[in-house]
Amino acid sequence: MKIDVTHTAKLANIKVSEQEKKVLSKQLDDTLEHVGRLKEIDTSKVEGTNEVTNLTNVWREDEVNPSISQKEALMNAKRSYNGFFVVSAILEENS
Amino acid sequence: MDIHSLTVIEAKEGLKKKKFSSLELTKTFLDRIIKIEPKLHAFVTVNEQNALSEAKNADKLIADGKEKELTGIPFSIKDNFLTKGIRTTASSKVLDDFIPPYNATVVSKLIDAGIVLLGKTNMDAWAHGSSTETSDYGATRNPWNTEKLPGGSSGGAAASLAADECLAAIGSETAGSIRQPSAWCGTVGFKPTYGRVSRYGVIAMGSSLDSPGPITKTVEDAAFILQILAGKDPFDATTLPSKPENYIVNLKKARKMTIGISDDYFNGVDSEIVKAVNEALEVLQKAGHKIKKIKLFDPKYAIDVYTILQRSEVSSNLARYDGIRYGNDRTFFGEEAKRRIMLGTYALSAGYYDAYYKKAQKVRTLIIQDFNKAFEQVDVIIGPTTPTTALNVGSSKDNPMFGELMDVLVEPSSIAGLCGINMPVGFSKEGMPIGMQIMGPQHGEEQVLYAAYQYEKQTDWRKEKPNI
Repeated sequence: MKIDVTHTAKLANIKVSEQEKKVLSKQLDDTLEHVGRLKEIDTSKVEGTNEVTNLTNVWREDEVNPSISQKEALMNAKRSYNGFFVVSAILEENS
Repeated sequence: MDIHSLTVIEAKEGLKKKKFSSLELTKTFLDRIIKIEPKLHAFVTVNEQNALSEAKNADKLIADGKEKELTGIPFSIKDNFLTKGIRTTASSKVLDDFIPPYNATVVSKLIDAGIVLLGKTNMDAWAHGSSTETSDYGATRNPWNTEKLPGGSSGGAAASLAADECLAAIGSETAGSIRQPSAWCGTVGFKPTYGRVSRYGVIAMGSSLDSPGPITKTVEDAAFILQILAGKDPFDATTLPSKPENYIVNLKKARKMTIGISDDYFNGVDSEIVKAVNEALEVLQKAGHKIKKIKLFDPKYAIDVYTILQRSEVSSNLARYDGIRYGNDRTFFGEEAKRRIMLGTYALSAGYYDAYYKKAQKVRTLIIQDFNKAFEQVDVIIGPTTPTTALNVGSSKDNPMFGELMDVLVEPSSIAGLCGINMPVGFSKEGMPIGMQIMGPQHGEEQVLYAAYQYEKQTDWRKEKPNI
């Protein structure tokens, strides 16, 4: 098993240097080999567990409750304008 | 006895009888923090000014007879619990300047109960690890020997309590993060059933596993604090709807228990630890409880299940950190976080999902079924908490599986969502604490606390103090 570190880093939105790639590649391969032990266990007749509480359909009444203010919601943002978060453009203009 | 050595229950009594004020108590701990922190580094943030005003306020309430369960009692809280107006980093530089606009439910409950918040404790960054060495703010040291690790991820929490820098500490456990550092630092550490205590406002790590809980000097303190924290929270849909039992009252209800032990949990464990746990079992046997050998699923597979599930949940949970709404951007993630995000992303990616994530979920089912069968025969299961006592500073470096190897004995019960406790049961020849775990079924809090209390009543390990 060889993990494609460049592709995985892109999916994860993580920047990794060439040096880091080498280290990560080896470490991730080792970890995958370790967890590969699970193949030893027969699970052909078993359903997977998503969560352990066995609760289903947890609802609440659709009521408006107090929440944090717009000012508080923005107080940690590096950039804000007129009560909005400012994000960098992701689309390029046609020239 | 020095006031910093008191338990929560004893300090409550002292405050009530006006033997000392909350301000005196709080100043005592702040002085100790100033003195000890250069050697220990258990805190990321000390909340000095607020703590002093909270203490003065508490003294007023006590004078007016308006005190609540924890009025004036100084606590430390792990830095992954959101504290309104107080920086919360999860020991990651991504959140270096993050000031939460609201409190975690656990924090709200403790504030409502009247605590004085001394500060936020250090942890492995994002709670990824079992050493506290992956903190972006530097490792915490073990108060029993500062060349040793405190364990983790709640290493700062356990160390702050063991060094008497607070009366009680709040930690969180995904798989071992309360019990393992408690074993290494010689504290009582309680991990509730998944869903018993709200996760709302706890910086998410493995959402199907995360469980907040108390780290204390005694079982009685653990029961007392758990009572305050436990219960359904409208802000966390996975909290259990059933009403928590009365943990304190049940501690004192005499009964006989059947204790399960499984050989697989003693394999590869240091002989000193095996000996100490066997001696503790004898104490319980002499108190009239029955020991029964049982067979459990080999804990080694829990490492693999946990590694896949946890990395996957991490990659999803840490996807939200984009530096836009709060915190810094993704270039601020440390090595360990990057490694875990990458592995999780891979395990969840197209073509590999069935082989890894789905497979791990199926083995998770087998582990749950195995515990269910065991708890038809026994009330609690006892074993060592960790395979070794505290290791040297630096041990976790260059081992991407370090945490999992140190947590092998607590991961199975975490995966199954069970509750458990670490109890101090002695010291190694090197003078490091040894921990024993007592596991109970889901909703088995009172059984676990009772068994732990039965042991604690007949021993006095708490009287031993680290020389720091």
